[in-house]
Amino acid sequence: MSEAITRDIDRSHMKVSDEVAIDIRNMNKWYGTFHVLRDIDLTVHKGERIVIAGPSGSGKSTLIRCINRLEEHQSGHIVVDGIELTSDIKNIDKVRSEVGMVFQHFNLFPHLTVLENCTLAPIWVRKVPKKQAEATAMRFLEKVKIPEQAGKYPGQLSGGQQQRVAIARSLCMQPKIMLFDEPTSALDPEMIKEVLDTMIELAEEGMTMLCVTHEMGFAQAVANRVIFMDQGQIVEQNNPHDFFHNPKSERTKLFLSQILGH
Amino acid sequence: MSELHAQTVSFVRETMIPPAPPPTRQTGALRWLRENLFSGPVNTILTLLGLAIIWFLVSHFWDWFAHSVWNAASLAECRQIIAETWGEGARGACWAVIRERWNQYLFGFYPMELYFRPVMAFGFLMVALAPVLFSESLQIRRIVLIVSAVLTLVLMAMLGSPMVWLAFAAVVMIGAVVIAERHAPWLLIFSVLYPLLGIWLLWGGSLWPQIMVLASIGLGWLAWKLLVRVSPLLAMVAGVLVTLILWLVAVGPAAEDAQRLIPLAITAVDSDQFGGFLLSITIGVAGIALSLPLGIILALARRSDMFLVHTLAVTFIEFIRGVPLITLLFVASLLLNYFLPPGTNFDIILRVIIMVTIFAAAYMAEVIRGGLAALPRGQYEAADALGLDYWKAQRLIILPQALKISIPGIVSTFIGMFKDTTLVVFVGLFDPLKGVSDFVRANFAWKGVYWEPFIFVGAIFFIICFSMSRYSMFLERRLRREHR
Repeated sequence: MSEAITRDIDRSHMKVSDEVAIDIRNMNKWYGTFHVLRDIDLTVHKGERIVIAGPSGSGKSTLIRCINRLEEHQSGHIVVDGIELTSDIKNIDKVRSEVGMVFQHFNLFPHLTVLENCTLAPIWVRKVPKKQAEATAMRFLEKVKIPEQAGKYPGQLSGGQQQRVAIARSLCMQPKIMLFDEPTSALDPEMIKEVLDTMIELAEEGMTMLCVTHEMGFAQAVANRVIFMDQGQIVEQNNPHDFFHNPKSERTKLFLSQILGH
Repeated sequence: MSELHAQTVSFVRETMIPPAPPPTRQTGALRWLRENLFSGPVNTILTLLGLAIIWFLVSHFWDWFAHSVWNAASLAECRQIIAETWGEGARGACWAVIRERWNQYLFGFYPMELYFRPVMAFGFLMVALAPVLFSESLQIRRIVLIVSAVLTLVLMAMLGSPMVWLAFAAVVMIGAVVIAERHAPWLLIFSVLYPLLGIWLLWGGSLWPQIMVLASIGLGWLAWKLLVRVSPLLAMVAGVLVTLILWLVAVGPAAEDAQRLIPLAITAVDSDQFGGFLLSITIGVAGIALSLPLGIILALARRSDMFLVHTLAVTFIEFIRGVPLITLLFVASLLLNYFLPPGTNFDIILRVIIMVTIFAAAYMAEVIRGGLAALPRGQYEAADALGLDYWKAQRLIILPQALKISIPGIVSTFIGMFKDTTLVVFVGLFDPLKGVSDFVRANFAWKGVYWEPFIFVGAIFFIICFSMSRYSMFLERRLRREHR
């Protein structure tokens, strides 16, 4: 369950600006006839660290997957970094190259080395020269503390290492926003910490982050806002202190008692 | 056991056990026999049964092979020699027919003095394939290049090739060996040019059409280059259109004019002079090279979200797969003539290649679709999330993995298609199995010789198909990424 974050967090760079990074208004989504997301309104400012929590099936993954249009919303508006997501493919690709995403199951490319995983998108999407892309990739691999694995294939790494490569791969595109979709749920307890440490470092540098996670320790230490979702709706949102110590809705209280109770 | 505090359940290890080497495996022939052939009553019975079957087969065929005759002018002479040597009623193989007619099995009715040209084309094919098939295994590529250079040159000399051609082949093949050591990617230029060169060597005639085709591709590239800044899609369409229109309209007349000005022709050989393995390999190689890209496009089209593209692909694949290949070949040989304007001369081998290609491509598409379906959704999502567009995601992420999964199926399709080339006998071409064999038997001297040609042709087919199979296993091993 939730690991206690023991280290001190350096908050000097964690500044929430007035600029809007993501603006979601009146957004609805259905899977067939099933109403997965209902009237979502959410404004994310630059530099915010948001943790989205909730029981499984509450629509939290679907919500962040709508932000880079891995899922299509059927009504309402999503504006990311000033670009509205419509069916226009050019806009979608533009948003995707500005928004990094880390998946529960890493989704590294198994036929490419770690370094090639990290340089592929910069070279082919951003048209960065190969040498420069490799230098950038090595910098980010050092940041996630696995530069020595650059020549290996993902299949040779542990789960925690793979997830850190996945984070480095996203960072190589120099994204303005990072989405984390249950990044530690497929990992052993020992490996969760190394991935969380990387995420904390990222937060310390002022990255705008949206994390779907069950790591409440991380939420308490790093987030500036916690959103609780249930049945496709935002039930409660608050700063972490009040969210955990003074939850308002019954549903949130029940959820918190279940995951923090033992 | 000193570390165990025997009286309590709690246990603390004080020294870690260092890794020890595994026990050495006991080996030896007897041990192997006992473990693999006689491990139990059932296994023992099966082993004995197997031995009995092998004995039965060998004892029946042994004398036939042992009494082989290699030197004779006719089947009657063969039988006479066998009767004289091994006594009346003895059986024996008459390989003399192969010795007499090997050239027709290999080359059909290709003019004998020009045999060096197909040999050279085959040698060059190896040069063209080496950098593609063995792009990462330098050692194997070197061996393939050197062996095929030596074999090609020796065979050409033995077949009485003129010095000019021998020198040309030597320059190309030794040049390839040298370039492979110095700057290997350059070899791919030869691979790309090979189809034009190979066609010219096999069919002969003027070299100008080849040059004009290259020129029209060059002009198409120029059109693309000029327009690519305006719009990549428009540039692509313009480039392809310019090339195709030039092919259809300008290449023929331009080549004729050029030929009149500067003659650059070698003896032409007609398609109906092709036969035997020359025909099979020509159709097979062309079919393999064309059906793979077509199959990939069909597989992608079938998975497309666009209704029209999807429907067209499904219709095409299901129609082609639902029709016997022979039907398609008959369409190629007979029906097309009704539809084409009178007087058009559309080469029969080209028609057959087109039909064989679309037939194999339909199967290929389904094999590759299986590979595409086997990829986890996460791969598509990760590619999307990084901002790769559809074509880049397919080329860089999806296809390399899907094709790797599909290698066994793809090679099976290749092997099946290569063997199916024998069906061209039904449209009047001389395939090695029936076309050439029937022709050989039509001669009174070899009337009634069945087994030997079948075994000879079967053996060559087996060698080629087995090589493809081994290559696919080599490739699978090479591309394995999990435990390296």
